[in-house]
Amino acid sequence: MTISRRQLLVLLPAAAAAWDFVLAGTPEAAPNYNSADHWWGMLLDITKCIGCGSCVRACAMENDVPDGYFRTWVERYHVTDFQIENPTVDSPDGGKEGFPPSEFTSGKNFFVPKFCNHCVDSPCTQVCPVGATFHTADGVVLVDQNYCVGCRYCIQACPYGCRYFHPTKHVADKCTLCYHRIVKGLTTACCESCPTGARQLADLKNPNDPIHAFLKTHSVQVLKPHLATGAKNFYNSLDGSVR
Amino acid sequence: MVPLKDIAHLLRMAAVFLVGLILFLFLRSAFIPKSFGRYGHFRGDAIAEITARPIAYAGHQTCEGCHPEEADTKSKGVHAYVNCESCHGPLAKHADDPASVTPKLPDVATLCFRCHSENIAKPQGFPQVNANEHSGGQLCNTCHQPHSPAITQGAKK
Repeated sequence: MTISRRQLLVLLPAAAAAWDFVLAGTPEAAPNYNSADHWWGMLLDITKCIGCGSCVRACAMENDVPDGYFRTWVERYHVTDFQIENPTVDSPDGGKEGFPPSEFTSGKNFFVPKFCNHCVDSPCTQVCPVGATFHTADGVVLVDQNYCVGCRYCIQACPYGCRYFHPTKHVADKCTLCYHRIVKGLTTACCESCPTGARQLADLKNPNDPIHAFLKTHSVQVLKPHLATGAKNFYNSLDGSVR
Repeated sequence: MVPLKDIAHLLRMAAVFLVGLILFLFLRSAFIPKSFGRYGHFRGDAIAEITARPIAYAGHQTCEGCHPEEADTKSKGVHAYVNCESCHGPLAKHADDPASVTPKLPDVATLCFRCHSENIAKPQGFPQVNANEHSGGQLCNTCHQPHSPAITQGAKK
């Protein structure tokens, strides 16, 4: 087969356009990590949480979270008798330095660690007017801080209160599920530092992940299931009073 | 055939629209980042930028590589599943450069009590103490070895 000069001149730009298309499909530069092979969530075991605040401190140090703002925090619940719609909740400094002794001596008392649920149908990404917050192929909700215009719409949209306005960067900020760690095969900073295993990162696409056996054998719930956000933080033994 | 001069005003309008369209397309390509839309309605390069962040917590596997004795002691005690950096803090910099970055020992007086001070909200069965009643203010590591805290040699009351 021979190609004339004229045919070559036509083919070259076509080939260049095709090659550009191929390159556009190259996944992000993290060797050995294919985002399509993972689907991240987290298991939170209320029966194991001791409210030590290790996760809150670890998150702040790993991600430079400014003082007084939280990507993750711990709440202490106190519920009396049948008053499950009126729990008393406190979270001094997000539980960062642990909790002082409770003022209550009776009732039901427990800790609830909270952070971004990395919802499948996340209200926060739907409202972003510029496409600065988005889902990755492995189920993590991220913020592009170089593209965010700081309109705060997503902060209002999150029904879990998981976003905040960064005081110096003036953009929306939130939990990244330590995306810079999990693509390297590490667990999140909060899970790494949790002393009781109350927080466990889970890859729902990995059939060997222990979460599958756990979900089969325990009463597990997500927060605000009636909102149908597709939250992926699975709480074991979650009390009905938790909002 | 309509004389050209009868539709000249339409052609002028069309030319204005054409110039506007070209200007719009030019500005659009100038302002929208090149990687926008590569994976979805966002800037594709953002993923690489977020991933590029350096880690602060090295992970217990890294610690155990150089400190097998401590890891061994810990694996036999009740703190077996407490990761190194849970108490010692983030030490990825130490792992990268052990000679020049030396970690500080944790402050026992605050560290132990974050987990082990009495609190009604803690799960029953989790070991909790009232510091004054338990040790009269003595530091925890006077009796307990943090890597394997159970007291084995006759100290039990």
